[in-house]
Amino acid sequence: MTQPAAPIAAVLEQLRSALAPGRVIDDPTQLATYDCDGLLHYRVTPALVVLAHDADDVRLAVRACAQHGVPFVARGSGTGLSGGALPHADGVLLVMSGFRAITAVSARDQRAVVDPGVINLDVSARTRPEGYYFAPDPSSQQVCTIGGNVAENSGGAHCLKYGFTAAHVLAADIVLPDGERITLGTTAPDAPGYDVLGAFVGSEGTLGIATSVTVRLTRTPAAVETFLVGFADTDSAGAAVSAIIGAGIVPAAIEMMDALAIEAAEAAVACNYPAGAGAVLVVELDGPSDEVAAEVAAAEQHCRDAGAFEIRVAANDEERQAIWRGRKSAFAAVGRISPDYIVQDGVIPRTALPEVLRSMAELARERGVRVANVFHAGDGNLHPLVLFDERVPGQAAAAEDASGAILDLCLEHGGSITGEHGVGADKAKHMPKMFTAEDLGTMQLVRCAFDPTGISNPGKVFPTPRLCGEVPGKRSAAHPVQAAGLGEVF
Amino acid sequence: MELIPALHDLGIDARPGEPDDLVDDHEVPCVAFPVSTDQVSAVLREANSRRATVVVRGHGTKLAFGGAGPAPDLLLDLSRCDRLLEHAPGDLIARVEAGMPLASLQEVLHASGQRLGIDEPVPGSTVGGVVATNLSGPRRLHTGTARDLLIGVTVVLADGTVAHSGGKVVKNVAGYDLGKLLVGSLGTLAVITEATFRLHPVPARAQWVSASAQPDALEPLLARLCHSQLAPSALEIDWPRDGVPTVAMLLEGSADGIPARIAAAQAEFAMPTTVDDDLDWPWQLPTRDVARGICLKLTCRLGAVAGIASAAHDLGLHVRGAAGTGVLYAVPGWTTPESLESGLRTLRDLTRQQGGSAVLLTAPALVRRRLDVWGPVNGLAVMRRLKAEFDPGQLLSPGRFVGGI
Repeated sequence: MTQPAAPIAAVLEQLRSALAPGRVIDDPTQLATYDCDGLLHYRVTPALVVLAHDADDVRLAVRACAQHGVPFVARGSGTGLSGGALPHADGVLLVMSGFRAITAVSARDQRAVVDPGVINLDVSARTRPEGYYFAPDPSSQQVCTIGGNVAENSGGAHCLKYGFTAAHVLAADIVLPDGERITLGTTAPDAPGYDVLGAFVGSEGTLGIATSVTVRLTRTPAAVETFLVGFADTDSAGAAVSAIIGAGIVPAAIEMMDALAIEAAEAAVACNYPAGAGAVLVVELDGPSDEVAAEVAAAEQHCRDAGAFEIRVAANDEERQAIWRGRKSAFAAVGRISPDYIVQDGVIPRTALPEVLRSMAELARERGVRVANVFHAGDGNLHPLVLFDERVPGQAAAAEDASGAILDLCLEHGGSITGEHGVGADKAKHMPKMFTAEDLGTMQLVRCAFDPTGISNPGKVFPTPRLCGEVPGKRSAAHPVQAAGLGEVF
Repeated sequence: MELIPALHDLGIDARPGEPDDLVDDHEVPCVAFPVSTDQVSAVLREANSRRATVVVRGHGTKLAFGGAGPAPDLLLDLSRCDRLLEHAPGDLIARVEAGMPLASLQEVLHASGQRLGIDEPVPGSTVGGVVATNLSGPRRLHTGTARDLLIGVTVVLADGTVAHSGGKVVKNVAGYDLGKLLVGSLGTLAVITEATFRLHPVPARAQWVSASAQPDALEPLLARLCHSQLAPSALEIDWPRDGVPTVAMLLEGSADGIPARIAAAQAEFAMPTTVDDDLDWPWQLPTRDVARGICLKLTCRLGAVAGIASAAHDLGLHVRGAAGTGVLYAVPGWTTPESLESGLRTLRDLTRQQGGSAVLLTAPALVRRRLDVWGPVNGLAVMRRLKAEFDPGQLLSPGRFVGGI
């Protein structure tokens, strides 16, 4: 008598016959190439990979998983920085990058309908000739997919003015964790019913898989002005940001880099930022020409008043790209000045910036690591890069500790443990510092409505799985942020 | 013990319902007046233990929104939860209790040169009421709606569980965004007790550019204006029952920037225009009587606004709304339930073909009891499952939402 087949073997058998040849991978060598996303130090080889090319592939794969109780994880280009697309060892990894047609574009309706595997920048490339673009612009936009943007509710430098992915998705076709296909939202705004799509965006693949996404297109602005400003230190750069925002200007983007981040960017892409700067700001203003001209004049004055020693305005697109190159390359660039590094993603109220930067420098010093800072200064989204050398005993642990302490610092100031990279596998353990058991239990009610058996990207977002049907926690202890003396309940 | 004395024992003000407390024409046996999230939790625990159904009220201006339900056992009045808890001008955020009047909040924010980008088409609304009904006005074109501005919520579930999601920073992707689910949920998932919003600066200048268009010139006009690079804060249309459409564009910006934008807007209109510091009509729904009148909400893809407005006009409706986003409000002249039903059916077919919907936004309870308020809904099965998870006893505003939720 043969043993009953393992669930994954049953899924394999089912998908081999249901899907086109070559769409299912079970060769161990090939599987190993899918063992991580952009967060390289978490690695798990999936039991099976499905190369999904259309909605039917996704539906068949998910249905097979549901039938046999096998977990599944969807992955776009694998650029995520929180391990959100980290595979499950006993599960199926659905690779969506071959599922990538732009199926409809309407400039008049300011909408495009795209497959989940479409590259973010390709949407704008296709629609710019008609005067439109897709506004969310994560730094990885040349490679990351719309499906991944939807899962992570991606932001980017320009979400300060234009909002996150959630503000730019109108409708989606979704395969639910039981294999059922549904449509959420409509081409028009305010679809009747709960804004389920709004909750789906940013759910990190735990509620199902989008197979078609209707996105909002944004009219290209008449004028874009970008300038680079050199300051002696981060305090004066921070003061300039406060003055600009306090004056009622909403920049399209306002980014800050500190001395260490500038050093790294210079080493990597020779961006030629102002020599001797302790901090630089990249400021971009867009809109109608006369408004932008007035805002540029005002913003430059605020920068000078705050002690700027050099202001360099991009004269054309080429110079604009050159300014952005230093900023957008910053994460990878620190590889030039440090053998190893952790990219952190935390948020603070913008006004707490000077204090937080001082505390961060102190906690890094105490742990013997260096921290380079790159951040979206307009909305307080910090990306500290914790630099270390794994070959030096104790440094990896010290860096990990510093990285965690930075998140505590963010919470202490009423912020968040992630502004745009997501919780994923990496930060699930930090969730109880930010949310009560009741908060997490209530979020899990949403999970139970979509995925009662917990097979859709398990182990992500939530520190502990919840058995659906459980009564939410009745404890009424103090909020963890409050209990830890970290701050007031928000 | 009866509910009222039980609430009194908990230190919560409560009294029997009075004529002003009618919900969908039903008398309510008990009205509770909690003053904090903790008291709301205590009231709901008490109600839950008795399987008492609950309708939530702010200032009661939009109780005629949604389906008409059975008589509730308890009216939860949040008008005493009305404090501004935090306003951080430098961070452009404010945290408020749900019962705070939106106008009072705006007044405080204006003093710092800021505003919450949600207009108030129904005067007297509370912050919680605006969120629960997803009310929006002209400036939604610029700042979006409550879903785009709400960055954190505190809610109380039907069993009294207090839960938060989001926070008080604008950029935050930690955990599910429960706020999105609560916006427009008409009190059927949980009770919103606190809301945190991102704010916007009040621009130095605002001007309306408007023109009356011939009906056949409407679509090309809207196409030009939508495609313009004028970055308007609003693009509105008003088409009275026996008149021609007026289209108005709101430009907001700096004293230096506005004059050139007005000139550019006039060029895009390519017809005689008037320029005003302010207009009355765009800020109001086309009905003066939200509590007792009938008003439809029609949505469609952007390129179909002129067509839908025109079709609604031909059916005898007064149409007004956000031509720049595809959200129109329409007041019918129909007098019989039969004509309302058939008109609604026609508009549902038309809007659905254009990617949208036709919802009976507000109407007398008698009418809402007889007609399907919502029409077809995408994803209804998931919505039912969400309701079952959040409110398994179906105690919160039963019958008010889509599919009888």
